Amino acid sequence: MTNDISTNDSRFPSGASAFPHTHLLGIAGLQSWEILYILDQAEKWVKLNKSKASKRDESLAGLTIINAFFENSTRTLLSFEIAGKRLGADVVNMHAAQSSIKKGETLIDTAVTLNAMHADAIVIRHGSSGAVQLISDKVDCPVLNAGDGTNEHPTQALLDALTIMRRKGNVEGQIVTICGDILHSRVARSNIYCLKLLGAEVRVVGPPSLVPKTLEAFGVKRYTNFEQAIEGCDVIMMLRLQNERMQGDFIPSGREYNFLYGLNEQRLSLAKDDVLIMHPGPMNRGVEIESSVADDAKLSAITEQVEMGVAVRMACLDILTRKARNTEGWT
Amino acid sequence: MHIQNFKTLNGEAVDTISCENGIITNIGQKSDNDAQIFDAKGLLLAPGIIDLGVFSTDKPAFRFGGITRAALMPDQNPCHDDPATIRYAALKGKPDFWVHPLAAATKNLEGTHLAEIALMKEAGAMGVATGHDNIIASETMLRVMEYCAALNLPLFVHSEDIGLTRDSVATSGETATMLGLSNAPALSEVMSISSDMYLAEEADVHIHYRQVTTKRGLDLIRDAKSRGLKVTCGITPAHLFLSDTAMTGFRTFTRLSPPLRSEDDRLACIEAIRDGTIDVIASGHDPRAPEEKRLPFSEATPGMAGAETLLSLSLNLVRDGVISIDRLFDLLSRNPAKILGINAGDINVGLEADIILIDSDAPWQVDGNAMQGKAGNTPFDRLPVQGRVRHMMKGGKIIY
Repeated sequence: MTNDISTNDSRFPSGASAFPHTHLLGIAGLQSWEILYILDQAEKWVKLNKSKASKRDESLAGLTIINAFFENSTRTLLSFEIAGKRLGADVVNMHAAQSSIKKGETLIDTAVTLNAMHADAIVIRHGSSGAVQLISDKVDCPVLNAGDGTNEHPTQALLDALTIMRRKGNVEGQIVTICGDILHSRVARSNIYCLKLLGAEVRVVGPPSLVPKTLEAFGVKRYTNFEQAIEGCDVIMMLRLQNERMQGDFIPSGREYNFLYGLNEQRLSLAKDDVLIMHPGPMNRGVEIESSVADDAKLSAITEQVEMGVAVRMACLDILTRKARNTEGWT
Repeated sequence: MHIQNFKTLNGEAVDTISCENGIITNIGQKSDNDAQIFDAKGLLLAPGIIDLGVFSTDKPAFRFGGITRAALMPDQNPCHDDPATIRYAALKGKPDFWVHPLAAATKNLEGTHLAEIALMKEAGAMGVATGHDNIIASETMLRVMEYCAALNLPLFVHSEDIGLTRDSVATSGETATMLGLSNAPALSEVMSISSDMYLAEEADVHIHYRQVTTKRGLDLIRDAKSRGLKVTCGITPAHLFLSDTAMTGFRTFTRLSPPLRSEDDRLACIEAIRDGTIDVIASGHDPRAPEEKRLPFSEATPGMAGAETLLSLSLNLVRDGVISIDRLFDLLSRNPAKILGINAGDINVGLEADIILIDSDAPWQVDGNAMQGKAGNTPFDRLPVQGRVRHMMKGGKIIY
């Protein structure tokens, strides 16, 4: 068995490893073909998830996956839990937001404790940038980043790329506009890296206080005018605006935000006719997005993103545990 | 005691340096008395380093680094804001190491009520400091400065505009954006420097900016000096040799206050060493235990262990041709002594015999796991450096 991708697919350089990483900490540091490999693998789980009969695969049977969420989450946690269970693993959720962390245990001690329970993969969400990387240094099993502070949220970027790929046929060459609170968004960071790697043109737009100028160093175009940013684009990715940022610190109010950056049908008409509308959820209807746009059956991919989320997470769990399972594919 | 067989900083040939009762008594030919002779075996002889602004009395680290005296910041637990704590701190290192405590400018460094500066001077304080934070109310700052001016004490300030930095942990830039760390523009420094500068001019006080780390901040200092204001400033090796890219990988040992700056600012700092704008290089020695550093970046305590590496890293400036080795000891010893107003910091008759003997080319590797001091939180871990202190004399006594 080898690490190599045995395919003549020109997207993969010959002799390159399919996915040589122990952990999935972020998109930064990945190669484009590694991302494409995950997306390819996710396709088969999309099929399984759509099946009306049993949705269960036993490839991870007997493995224990711990979802350690140090920050509240509903959809990402649920998505990872379903992904693990569909692969046959035993999934345990640890809601650290209300546990020993409150009793003063350090993050490293918590990591060592989780490690001592011999998890086969740990999925972590944490409120501080870099926290997941810190834990990954202290444990023996693969660690998946489910969002750390304002750093990265790699599986979200992967599921977004998969959604675009399935709807548009390719990510390369698409013009993608990301709109909203880029400054505080790990989703935006991971998506910028991922989309740029896959060859998309990326525009970012939002209030000047929430779209740092330094982003231009990553090869994206920065706008503060929504209409200009949206003109002729293939994909619009709306970000959620956190309620606590709407009270005058960064922007004056939700309604002013809606006035400048709310996605409505009139603005939508500036984009390409077949523009794809995306949102990582949960949405603030009437603030960053109008209901009529969010629910547009033809253009909106918002529910499809959720669907792809499970498949992508199944692919990640499968790929990262292959080494331990001694399964063909990369060891 | 007579010290013989050494090299001098300025290259002049000197046969013997003699000291008696802790004071340098003769430079030149050996006098006839039969005191003990110390053979320096060709090492470089320099005044002991005076580390202007440390956060811990960490004697093993200071010994390793050739530091014979240090100005101790008032950010201690408890805070050095009354005469008793100052007196204790001043005596703590003696006899082989001298601590020159800096008095807290305000009670508990909270920036609201004036501390007993005159009583603390009486107890041994050699200067006043605002600590890690600055005083937000300009009215309070002006009063502190007027007090310092009247008592002829220098005021050490930290330069970050809190209104701009708030809870940020990094300088705005590509690295901070990429890592997703809360950040503030480097501009925060120049804003703080300028407002303190106007107040200091008004109060006619000697103001020492402990760390100036940006081009615009240094421009302001340069300008103030040309106008003849009583302004001095310092820097640490971290800001001379590292830029914000060192934070990559969330290395908490690079979490500093002020945070690491851009490469352009770093190069401006080197330039300011060359042209004399920067008066002092200090270690900012702040050893931190693992539980304060093995944390997510934004939760880690800022600070670095710097005493051990201060001399070796500073010698890079000599090797790179930025300054001469004689000039380096202006920055490490002579200027700090002048700012504190103490009878040391140079090799002159009548000064305290605080002397170090240096093997300036000796190679070694910085190892955070094997530091002499209290903790190994050095941002220079694993860096190969050159220059080791082989012998140290404090008040004419051989420490090692």
